[in-house]
Amino acid sequence: MSEDAAVVVRGLTKTYGKVEAVKGVDFEVSPGEVFGFLGPNGAGKTTTISMLCTLANPTGGTASVAGHDVVRERDEVRRNIGLVFQDPTLDGYLTAEQNLRFHAELYGVHKSVVDERIKRVMEMVALWDRKDAKVMTFSGGMKRRLEIARGLLHSPRVLFLDEPTVGLDPQTRSAIWGYINELRVSEDITIFMTTHYMDEAEYCDRIAIIDHGEIVVIDSPERLKASVGKDRVQIHTRDDEAAIKALRERFGLEAAVHEGAVTFAVASGEEFVPRLFAELGMPITSVSVSRPSLDDVFMNYTGSTIRDAESGDDQMAFMRAMARR
Amino acid sequence: MTTQAIRVRVPARSAAHDLRAIKVVLHREMLRFLNDRTRMLSMLLQPVLWLFVMGTGLGSLVQASIPGVDFRTFMYPGMISMTVIMTGMFSAGSIVWDREFGFLREMLVAPVSRTAIVVGKCLGGAIVATGQGIVILAMAGMVGVPYSPTLMLTLLAEMFLAAFTITAFGVMLAARMKNMQSFFGLMQMAIMPMMFLSGAMFPLANLPSWLHALTVVNPMTYAVDPMRQAVFSHLDVPPEVNATLNPGVQWFGWQVPVPVELGLVAALGLGLLAVGIAQFKRAD
Repeated sequence: MSEDAAVVVRGLTKTYGKVEAVKGVDFEVSPGEVFGFLGPNGAGKTTTISMLCTLANPTGGTASVAGHDVVRERDEVRRNIGLVFQDPTLDGYLTAEQNLRFHAELYGVHKSVVDERIKRVMEMVALWDRKDAKVMTFSGGMKRRLEIARGLLHSPRVLFLDEPTVGLDPQTRSAIWGYINELRVSEDITIFMTTHYMDEAEYCDRIAIIDHGEIVVIDSPERLKASVGKDRVQIHTRDDEAAIKALRERFGLEAAVHEGAVTFAVASGEEFVPRLFAELGMPITSVSVSRPSLDDVFMNYTGSTIRDAESGDDQMAFMRAMARR
Repeated sequence: MTTQAIRVRVPARSAAHDLRAIKVVLHREMLRFLNDRTRMLSMLLQPVLWLFVMGTGLGSLVQASIPGVDFRTFMYPGMISMTVIMTGMFSAGSIVWDREFGFLREMLVAPVSRTAIVVGKCLGGAIVATGQGIVILAMAGMVGVPYSPTLMLTLLAEMFLAAFTITAFGVMLAARMKNMQSFFGLMQMAIMPMMFLSGAMFPLANLPSWLHALTVVNPMTYAVDPMRQAVFSHLDVPPEVNATLNPGVQWFGWQVPVPVELGLVAALGLGLLAVGIAQFKRAD
C-alpha cells in the first residue's frame, strides 16, 4: 500500500523554538482520495502542509509525496504537486492569463499544450471570459478560483489546498467544492486539503482530526459519526450550573456549556427529551436535539467544539503566526 | 464537463528548463515595467532635473573656467548612470514587493533552480534600466553630444553592464528584506553617497586626497568614467579642459584603462549575483 500511496507520513514533527507545532503525525493518503485535515486554527495543519510541499523542513520523521521524499527529492516533489495557499500568491499587476502563462513557463509545461491547458483550467473555474483582466481587479473568490486553476495547470498528481474556502462567501464556497468534485472525476488527482469548517469536511473521503499538533483520529466522515453513536442535546435554562448538576445527579450524564447552551450526548435523544422535562426538576426554556455531526465527532475526540478550541488562547495565535511565516 | 483531460508532463530539471525560467522571470519584469507609466516617468524626472536645471544653473557659474564645453555635456554620462542605477535598484526592490504580496512563494516552490530566478531577475532589471537609459541617450543632441553610432553603441553596452551590476547589488540587498520601506531606506542610503562620489556630478580632478580616496573605492566611479571617456573622445575639447573634466581614474599615479574599469564592474556584478543566489538558496 505505501508503495503507491500518494502521501506517506511517518512520525513527522516540527518545532519552532520551544513550540512543538506538529508532534509526530503518521498517515497515508491513497491515490485519487480527497483527504481532509480538520482542526482549529493553530492545530498544526498549515505547518504539516508546508512540510509536505517542501516549504518547511521537518524537525523529525519522514514524509513522501507522489513517491518522493520531501527533503531529499524536493524537486521531484515540487514537479508533482499543485499548491493553493491560504494567502493569495498572484501578481495583481498581470492579467489572469499572464499569471497562468508565467506558471506554465516556470513549470516547463510543453509549449504545444500550454494554450489548450490554460483555456481548459480557466474554463473549469469559469474565468475564461476574464482572462485579460488584471488580477488586482478580481474579488477574493475570483482570485481563489484562479489560484486553483493555476495549481492544476501542470497536471499535478497531488493538489494541496490550504483552507481553500476561508473568507469566501457561501456561493463561492460551494462553487469551489463543485470544482473539487469535478476534479476527482476528470483529472485523476489526489487532493489533500485543510479546513476548519465542519460542513466542508463532509465532502472528504477521509478526514484526520488534528488538535494541538497531534492526529486524534482518521476515518471517513460517516464512520466517524457512527462511532459517536449518540445524539447531541442542547438545552437553555435560567441556571446552567444547576442544570448540569441536576443532569449528573438524576440521569448520570456529563454535560458542559458549549456555544452558550448546556450540551450533552445521549442515545436516542428524541425519546429522552420528554423524560428530561418531567424529571429535571427545573424549567427549560428551549431544547434542541441533533444527530451526530462532525462537530460532535470533534467534541467526542478532543473534548471541545472547534469554536471553543478557536476562541484563542495566546499560544495558538502564536503557533498560527509561526506556521504562516 | 466531458472534455478529455490533457495530461501535462512537467519535465525533469534541465538547462533548457532553467533557461525558460530565466526568460519568463525576465519577461515579467518587462511587462511590469511597461504597465507602470508612473514609475517610468518618475525615474526619468530626477536625471532630467539634474541635467537641465542643475546643469544649466551650475554651468553658468563655471562656464568661464571650462571654455568650449557645456557643463551639461560633462554631466550627461553621470545622469545616464543615475537613471540606470535608480531603475535597476527599483527592479531589484520588486523582490521585496513580491515577498510582501506572496508572489515570491509562487516562484520559490516551482521546480526550477534559485539561480534561474535570480539571474532572470537581474537580467530583467538590467534590460528595463537600459531601456530607461535609452530615453536619456535620445537627449544627447540637447546637451551637445553627437549622435555618433559608435558612441551610442558604446554607451548602450556600458549602460547595460552598469545596470546589471546595480540590479545584482539590489537583489543581494533585497534577498533578506521583509518590507518595502526598509528596502527603500537602505537603497537611498547606499545610492546617494555612491552618486556623489562617482564623478557623476562634479569632476574628480584636483580633489582633496581624502575625497579622492573615497572616489577610487566607490565602484560606481568605474561605471561612470568609461561613459565619460567615450563621450569626451567624440568631442573637440581643449586638452587643459579635458584634463579638468575628464581626468580618468588613477591608482597611485597609474591611469586605469577603460577595459580594466569595465572588467571591474563586470566582476563586481558577477560577485554580487553569486552572493544574491547564495542568499536565496539559504532562505529555504
